[in-house]
Amino acid sequence: MFYREAGHFRDNYQADMALFPIREDRIGVSLLLFAAFVAVPLLHLARIGPFSGDYLFNAILIPVLILSVAAIGLNVLVGYCGQISLGAGAFMGIGAYAAYNIAVRVPGMPLIGTFLLAGGVAAVAGVLFGIPSLRIKGLYLAVATLAAQFFFDWCFLRLGWVTNYTPSGSVSAPALVVFGWEADKPVERYLLVLTIAAAVAWGIANLVRGNIGRQWMATRDMDIAAEIIGIRPVEAKLTAFAVSSFILGLAGALWAFANLRSWEPYAFSIDRSFQLLFIVIIGGLGSIVGCFLGAAFIWLLPLVVEAVPRWLSIPISADAAANLTLAAFGVLILLTLIYEPHGLARVWSITKHKLRRWPFPY
Amino acid sequence: MTGNAASLAMSLAPMAPAMAHVAPAALASKPLLAVENVSLRFGGVKALSDVSFDIRAGEIRAIIGPNGAGKTSMLNCINGFYRPSSGHVALDGVRHRHLRPSLAARNGIARTFQNVALFKGMTTLDNIMTGRALKIRSSFLRQLVRHGAALREEIEHRRKVEEIIDFLEIQAIRKTPVGKLPYGLQKRVELGRALAMEPRLLLLDEPMAGMNLEEKEDMSRFIVEANQAFGTTITLIEHDIGVVMNLSDRIVVLNHGCKIADGTPEEVRCNPQVIDAYLGSGE
Repeated sequence: MFYREAGHFRDNYQADMALFPIREDRIGVSLLLFAAFVAVPLLHLARIGPFSGDYLFNAILIPVLILSVAAIGLNVLVGYCGQISLGAGAFMGIGAYAAYNIAVRVPGMPLIGTFLLAGGVAAVAGVLFGIPSLRIKGLYLAVATLAAQFFFDWCFLRLGWVTNYTPSGSVSAPALVVFGWEADKPVERYLLVLTIAAAVAWGIANLVRGNIGRQWMATRDMDIAAEIIGIRPVEAKLTAFAVSSFILGLAGALWAFANLRSWEPYAFSIDRSFQLLFIVIIGGLGSIVGCFLGAAFIWLLPLVVEAVPRWLSIPISADAAANLTLAAFGVLILLTLIYEPHGLARVWSITKHKLRRWPFPY
Repeated sequence: MTGNAASLAMSLAPMAPAMAHVAPAALASKPLLAVENVSLRFGGVKALSDVSFDIRAGEIRAIIGPNGAGKTSMLNCINGFYRPSSGHVALDGVRHRHLRPSLAARNGIARTFQNVALFKGMTTLDNIMTGRALKIRSSFLRQLVRHGAALREEIEHRRKVEEIIDFLEIQAIRKTPVGKLPYGLQKRVELGRALAMEPRLLLLDEPMAGMNLEEKEDMSRFIVEANQAFGTTITLIEHDIGVVMNLSDRIVVLNHGCKIADGTPEEVRCNPQVIDAYLGSGE
């Protein structure tokens, strides 16, 4: 009724292989991009409703977008290539500290160059720690990536040159200057992050629909069969580790530079790794839309849990709210695993399916 | 049907320039693959002992034998899953010392499995497209951008894959995840993925196991057409003796890891050792 595939005839393969083959999808995505890139900044300038202040940008939009980027990175590895990783936070940290060191030590380096190099450093680290994946699988690989997490946690804390010998261990990001444009207001940082998030989502959507993506998924689904059609598991796994870590590094640099502005090693601890894994699982393994949905969900849940008692005028202490959030997380993850193991992305596709048939049940 | 096969044959012509019009059994041609005194041992168990035979370009070669005769082990040696304890597998007269499955694939050997080995989370289309992995040349950056040359290449391969989909008559399940397909169709998709590699040698491990008569007839037709139209050399393991006798040009019979007969279906049918192996000796 609202949304249907019937009647959309595609007469060439290019149209059939497009990112959004259905017209309604194309319109929806264009509207969404328009809203994000144009309407939100305009509403902010016009000081309308919740868009007027900085709160929405600082506390919700920027972190959610950066976490979505990081989740896409982790999803390449876990969702598409089937290699479980508990070291996502560490690779974000590598990106953040690499970006910091490049910015401090290489004066005149453009910001985009800094971010790309930071991603590159994380990618190299990712490949090194991905080598065990050639011999071990599943839980054992998870333990190996956990080792990466603890190793890099230690590096960030103990190696003086990583933090440029800052006595407190806390470092601050330089000004964000992109091609002469200084992005210091929250709405400007939001636009920078949004652009990068859109570019990453588009690039990864292209990769996973192409030959490399098929090699990753083939390795995930049946590595023996992948090998008999000529795919080298070494190549497939290590490219997945490299691409995944590159994006995680990029997200880490963004998290540090555009969100936190000044940070301590704790920002990239194992908690971050688990948070990203939850995002990917709740959002949906092997889905890019799911990364955005999952990130929004995981980030907004604590805010909602905290706000509900306030709306209902129930007095609740900050500690209790924090514990309530944790409890709600636990329950939600259990419920997701039981009722919808394919995550929010699956819920989204079921919704579309229902919309297509509305008002008929089937 | 024949039209499909013919157009597919034409589009795949570079791979088999001369074979397309030659009779299935190009009996005079030199061996594509030679198995030379291969033995395979797992600890104390001898899976294969001193087996030699050859596979000639363009023929349909069957490997038969009772359960546990070593047929699948033989295929595993041919495409590099197992390394023979002694002896060699020579492809085009070249003995590869460290044949790995991915290297065998690069040398034009494709294979299907006894218990279907598809990529369950991917659609039929993606499964068969994955079969073209070795043919796609676009660099990483081009695939990232997916415009111009990379997109044209992807469409070019999609066209080839669609020809295979037409040939196997699986158009309707193009976009269905293969995990949801019934067994018979999964077998067909697996054959499609192997054909997408444009192999010179296609190894089929029990392509008709667990199928009903109609499905067996379809599968036989696909095998014969693949052999005749594309000139693909086929080696198959099959338990349905009727099918084997009808399809194959030559048959190797294994029993307890030893070769007990090798020849045309008629020769094998009359071989007393073969009759003993299948029916038991009359002692």
